[in-house]
Amino acid sequence: MQNKNNLTWKIAGEAGFGIKSAGMMFGKIFMRAGYEIFDFTEYPSIIRGGHNTYQLVVDTKPVNSVYKYVDVLVALNQNTIKYNLVDISKGGVLIYDSDKVKVSAANLKNNSVEGIGIPLTSLAKEAGSELMRNVVALGATMCLVDQQLAIANKVVRENFSKKGKIVVDNNIKALKLGYDFVKNNAKYEFKCQLPTLKPKDNILITANEALALGAVAGGLGFYAAYPMTPSSSILHYLAKIASKTGIVVKHAEDEISVANMALGASHVGARAMLATSGGGFALMTETLGLVGLTETPLVMVNVQRGGPATGLPTWTEQADLQFMLHAAQGDFPRIVMAPGDASEAYDMGWQALNWADMYQVPVIILSDKLIGEGNTTVPKFSTKNVKINRGKILTQTQLAKLKDYRRYKVTQDGISPRTLPGMKEGLFIANSDEHDSYGFSNEDSQNRIDQVDKRYRKLDEFSKVMPKPLVYGNPKAKKTVVFWGSNKGVILDAYVSLPEKIKTKIKIMQYQYLWPFATEFTNNILKSSKDILLIENNPNSQLGNLIAQETGIMIKNKLLKYDGRPFFREEIISALKKF
Amino acid sequence: MKEKDFNTNYVPTWCPGCGNFGIFIALKNALSELGLKPENVLLVAGIGCSGNGVNFLKAYGWHSLHGRAIPTAIGAKLANKDLTVIVMAGDGDSYGEGMAHFIHGVRGNANITYITHDNQLYALTTGQSSPTTDTGTKTKSTPDGLIETRANPMSLALSAGGGFVSRGFSGNAEHLKNLIKKAIGHKGFSLVDVFQPCVTFNKVNTFKYFFDRLYNLDEKEDYNNTDITMAYKEALTWGDKIPYGIFYQNERLSYGDHLEQLKGQALAKRPIKVRNIDQLTREFA
Repeated sequence: MQNKNNLTWKIAGEAGFGIKSAGMMFGKIFMRAGYEIFDFTEYPSIIRGGHNTYQLVVDTKPVNSVYKYVDVLVALNQNTIKYNLVDISKGGVLIYDSDKVKVSAANLKNNSVEGIGIPLTSLAKEAGSELMRNVVALGATMCLVDQQLAIANKVVRENFSKKGKIVVDNNIKALKLGYDFVKNNAKYEFKCQLPTLKPKDNILITANEALALGAVAGGLGFYAAYPMTPSSSILHYLAKIASKTGIVVKHAEDEISVANMALGASHVGARAMLATSGGGFALMTETLGLVGLTETPLVMVNVQRGGPATGLPTWTEQADLQFMLHAAQGDFPRIVMAPGDASEAYDMGWQALNWADMYQVPVIILSDKLIGEGNTTVPKFSTKNVKINRGKILTQTQLAKLKDYRRYKVTQDGISPRTLPGMKEGLFIANSDEHDSYGFSNEDSQNRIDQVDKRYRKLDEFSKVMPKPLVYGNPKAKKTVVFWGSNKGVILDAYVSLPEKIKTKIKIMQYQYLWPFATEFTNNILKSSKDILLIENNPNSQLGNLIAQETGIMIKNKLLKYDGRPFFREEIISALKKF
Repeated sequence: MKEKDFNTNYVPTWCPGCGNFGIFIALKNALSELGLKPENVLLVAGIGCSGNGVNFLKAYGWHSLHGRAIPTAIGAKLANKDLTVIVMAGDGDSYGEGMAHFIHGVRGNANITYITHDNQLYALTTGQSSPTTDTGTKTKSTPDGLIETRANPMSLALSAGGGFVSRGFSGNAEHLKNLIKKAIGHKGFSLVDVFQPCVTFNKVNTFKYFFDRLYNLDEKEDYNNTDITMAYKEALTWGDKIPYGIFYQNERLSYGDHLEQLKGQALAKRPIKVRNIDQLTREFA
């Protein structure tokens, strides 16, 4: 029996084998036992067949990244041996369905892996159905890592409760059969014990759901979307809770319709949001410009996947940053922000609604598949810090005092007070043509200049209050790591695992806000740095290019990954050690 | 409210004699006779000659992107059901760039009124063929004659489940006014496709062309506009004789009326407060 502070478990097989359901239950079981979780799925863009994997890291400390190598691999089919045997760390264990999967002793030995053949199919059938192989494997794992079945029973019960008593009972039986098999049948080399922890007030959630919850807390009224991986779980979640929260959720016919519907709802006063991935966003680009020109608040979420075109639909990438900065014809102000994890996504959900209302600009939240679909444990969200700021919307009383209301009045801060349709004396045209201060179409030279400048002043105003990039590690260190978005987890996890003497030489800068750009802050940090390392999930260092554009600083030392996989912790540790 | 209460100070930019004027007069009279106030009307306009009309109608206005007026109107209506939401777009906007939105808008049946200014060509871009141009017509973009079959808004709307499918003519403003009033009164998606001769670029489908051909279904004996078989038959009638009026009317629950969360006060009028999410987070614990 070895003592461990963390455990990495991976289950693999064909789509339709219950891989995801097993992974979700595994995560919940350990979360309720007080552990921290981070998970990561790999799956092709098909429903049946193909090769799916679900990997979870269980740790006594907060965890936000995946390892390349796992401690326990569960193989439900032969392809898992072919593709994933190499993923097991030396001394790790392979649990395989001995009814269906063959693995030679030599193969195990070459990989320094212990093999545990369990007749998962037979045991599942004994419990009632072959379908429950995943749950048998779950039970076997519980025994192997010395966990009691009490919590697991409860989680399994909850998971299948909607399917009726028979299904629940059968799954409980399957769980126990797996557990008992390991307990009674063999003495395995690999047996590990995790320290016993007290349960925490944590939740297990994806950044997609966290972002949705943040927006819900922040008064979201209207959400529109068209299904697109990996953004769809926002739609699923909001659709599920729509009627009880009073939110209108509309699955529209295409992304163009989505953007314009959300805009129409926002125009009349609802807080509106939409989400998509890069391809859907591409269809929305003309509307993005309309948001900018009509100065209508709108939050647009892009959960990135590998592009271009259909690209890598179910894999992760960060290659839409420059697209978000430049999407749509013409020049107009926008805000672009990127959450690093589920907690940040929650906060950005409500903050983005505020920024959109306050500055009357499109606010883009740029997330990605890794955090969007990956579950992580975070302290239960609170609404203690949530505030609602609707910006400048005139009341009927204020309007009555105005003799001459102008929706697009040229103001010092560029923000012109809004009215909402239905208000008396507040008429205006939200116009996709350039317009005068009333909203009437107007192509005069001076008017054009006044309106363009007015719109841009809003961004200057926002820059004054925009949160600065975050700096972790030793602020005086001369080596600086620069990143944005979901690489937060892996970089910080890797960093804390480094020896003190390396840590003290490094600081890490995270951009939560990509536009407007924190030029002065960046100059200060980077010009006082001796070495800079840029880490991004794209082939062309898009943040690096942005930094160069805004500061003239060219970062040469880059760690870029664009194979659709996230950075593994081992890769970042190695890079930071060499840095 | 009188018709002139819906005027703005903006001088219309339409050509003298343009069919758009007739539609506008009918629309303003309809709004006035329905007792609607400018602040409770949202006019969502497309891009084209007709869309420029958003500047000439005193109401809340939304000048959309080309082809995208319908989704904007649906979003606005769902968020504020107290508004009378009217979409005004040309045939290119409606049946070209915006064809998908048109079909899905009809399917969804949000309570909006859709008035198309159908002049059977693109006018603001100086006279190319449009989806409703007759096959064989020579235009700037089809100098050898249009190959495609003419799109038929009436039969398309019927097959998409349209609950109010009608055709007006800008040469009969009194009829059109009444038609628009009925369309606004219809609870659901109402289509009013209006023949609107372009006096500058369309030398075929002129006012005379329509006066010679049109017959009014609303005055036709034995015509039952709740009978979809009759409606299809009339919708497919084209050539020497062309029907107008209400082809079909059959009210069903509108999109918004299906939603439990839209019962009571209009969404946009509800106070926006921080929502308690304690209950919601339990699912993730």
